[in-house]
Amino acid sequence: MIKALTISQIYVLDQDEALDFYVGKLGFEVQTDMDFGPMRWLQISLPGDPGRAIVLEKPGGPMMSEETAAQVRDLLTKGAVGGHLFFQTDDAHKTHAELKERGVDLPEEPIVQPYGIDFGFRDPFGNHLRVAQMTPPPSA
Amino acid sequence: MSRASEDSNRRMLRARDAMDRSYAEPLDVPTLARLAHVSEAHFIRTFRATFGETPNRYLQRRRVERAMFLLRSTEQSVTDICMAVGFASLGTFSRVFAEIVGEPPSAYRRRGPLPAAPSCFVMAWLRPGGN
Repeated sequence: MIKALTISQIYVLDQDEALDFYVGKLGFEVQTDMDFGPMRWLQISLPGDPGRAIVLEKPGGPMMSEETAAQVRDLLTKGAVGGHLFFQTDDAHKTHAELKERGVDLPEEPIVQPYGIDFGFRDPFGNHLRVAQMTPPPSA
Repeated sequence: MSRASEDSNRRMLRARDAMDRSYAEPLDVPTLARLAHVSEAHFIRTFRATFGETPNRYLQRRRVERAMFLLRSTEQSVTDICMAVGFASLGTFSRVFAEIVGEPPSAYRRRGPLPAAPSCFVMAWLRPGGN
């Protein structure tokens, strides 16, 4: 049967700006960056975790009319297309400080939750990201 | 949809996130407008055009949502919960709660306790605003 989740997708307004953010600031690596003419396939993953990749898709291209693409961009920037990425870290405070140092807009400090310590923020386009230091670590 | 309206959406979202996060504080329009980098007059109008309700209504719904959770997962008094979620008066809280939920806080509480961990986990993870 179905075995593993390997590739997920989120919408971004601009793929170069997305690279600046996800690769330049969050520390992702580019797995695939291919020009297919009407669309650019841009796939990233975290160092050491190549089995879980994220495709950064620009609304439009052959799959969507410009009218639909505009609706997606509108909802994306309202935080309403459901782009949620949940990350794990060993040290939420340290990661928070590092991201802040790199210029990521972090509206909240790490919070103690029933399941660990975490903090939320958004990418430049409206997708919701959350970084958690789980207690106990899921692998334990 | 131009890039300008997308920038505007994104700024309004920033203010809405602040309401999700800091609902317990006495958030006022000047504070929220500052977070959205727009004038106060522009803020209320644009927020409403963007999200379909005024900032004040959104904040009320957020506070009521938190009160719903606390009513059914803690033993705190209705008055304490009212203050904890950011309402300044019990009268306003009861009226707004009933208007949104369809029944008063005490009746809602009688529905019984919520399942413990999963619901608070889900609520925390679905919003940038924490819990």
